[in-house]
Amino acid sequence: MKVKIGAFLGGALFGVGLAIAGMTQPAKIVGFFDFFGSWDPSLAFVMVGAIIVYTPVYRWAIRTWQRPIWAPAFSLPTRKDIDGRLILGSAIFGVGWGLGGYCPGPALTSVGARSEEAFTFGLAMLIGVGAYQLFTRMRENRSGGTVDPQAAAMIDG
Amino acid sequence: MESFTPIASTIGGLMIGTAAAGLLLFHGRIAGISGIAGGIFRREAGDMSWRIMFLIGLFAAGAAWSFFYPQDYVVEISRSTPALIVAGLTVGIGTQLGSGCTSGHGVCGIGRLSKRSTVATISFMITAALTVFVVNEVLGGSI
Repeated sequence: MKVKIGAFLGGALFGVGLAIAGMTQPAKIVGFFDFFGSWDPSLAFVMVGAIIVYTPVYRWAIRTWQRPIWAPAFSLPTRKDIDGRLILGSAIFGVGWGLGGYCPGPALTSVGARSEEAFTFGLAMLIGVGAYQLFTRMRENRSGGTVDPQAAAMIDG
Repeated sequence: MESFTPIASTIGGLMIGTAAAGLLLFHGRIAGISGIAGGIFRREAGDMSWRIMFLIGLFAAGAAWSFFYPQDYVVEISRSTPALIVAGLTVGIGTQLGSGCTSGHGVCGIGRLSKRSTVATISFMITAALTVFVVNEVLGGSI
């Protein structure tokens, strides 16, 4: 139960952070990339703010912690190679991010805020996520095993 | 530049980083929203409840926060429904193929000094900028 409440609170803090940061306003995302219009550098402050907290905690945890508090082990990405799928997939994501002004977190929390645009975007996004995962699973079943367990487990986050 | 919000964006960023750090310390997981959502569709036993609860928390935050601060969720760009659908589909498929999004690669991945996530972040930043350039400078800001 405490594990569930903890995950809920983590998601809630993340969601409020997104709203305060301005990530839930597509105009601010588009503004960050609008170098030829009225440029809004806010997104850089969001990322730096988040990384400033995350990096020291991460480095401390992986050096000195045997395991996380509520799980038997850390589930962290292990792959180091740069492959075409990583670059192509990210490039496709960037097109959608620039087009809609939402990335996954802000889209989902904005659905909670009853934004019509976020609902349309978010539903299409979940269809995309679901279709990809179903396709991956079908391929695994046909080959009689896990084709790429790390890829399937979303190795980078 | 009139909408530049350095202080609010830094505070929001610190909160996002704190939430991501908490998910690492308590659950041992990377706080990548596309990864958390993708995992739900894989329906692996024992791996579902934290994902669902995290996303419910994200959803609840929007519902509660928008009650007091609806202006934080305004959409001031002009996008048609088909454009939003194409954007959503490409974000959904792209983040799964590329194993992450702004949070998983951009915050946690760069925060871990991961070369893969740094390359991914550069990749999606470039195509996002190109897309915004086309929409704003070629199509006049509306699609």
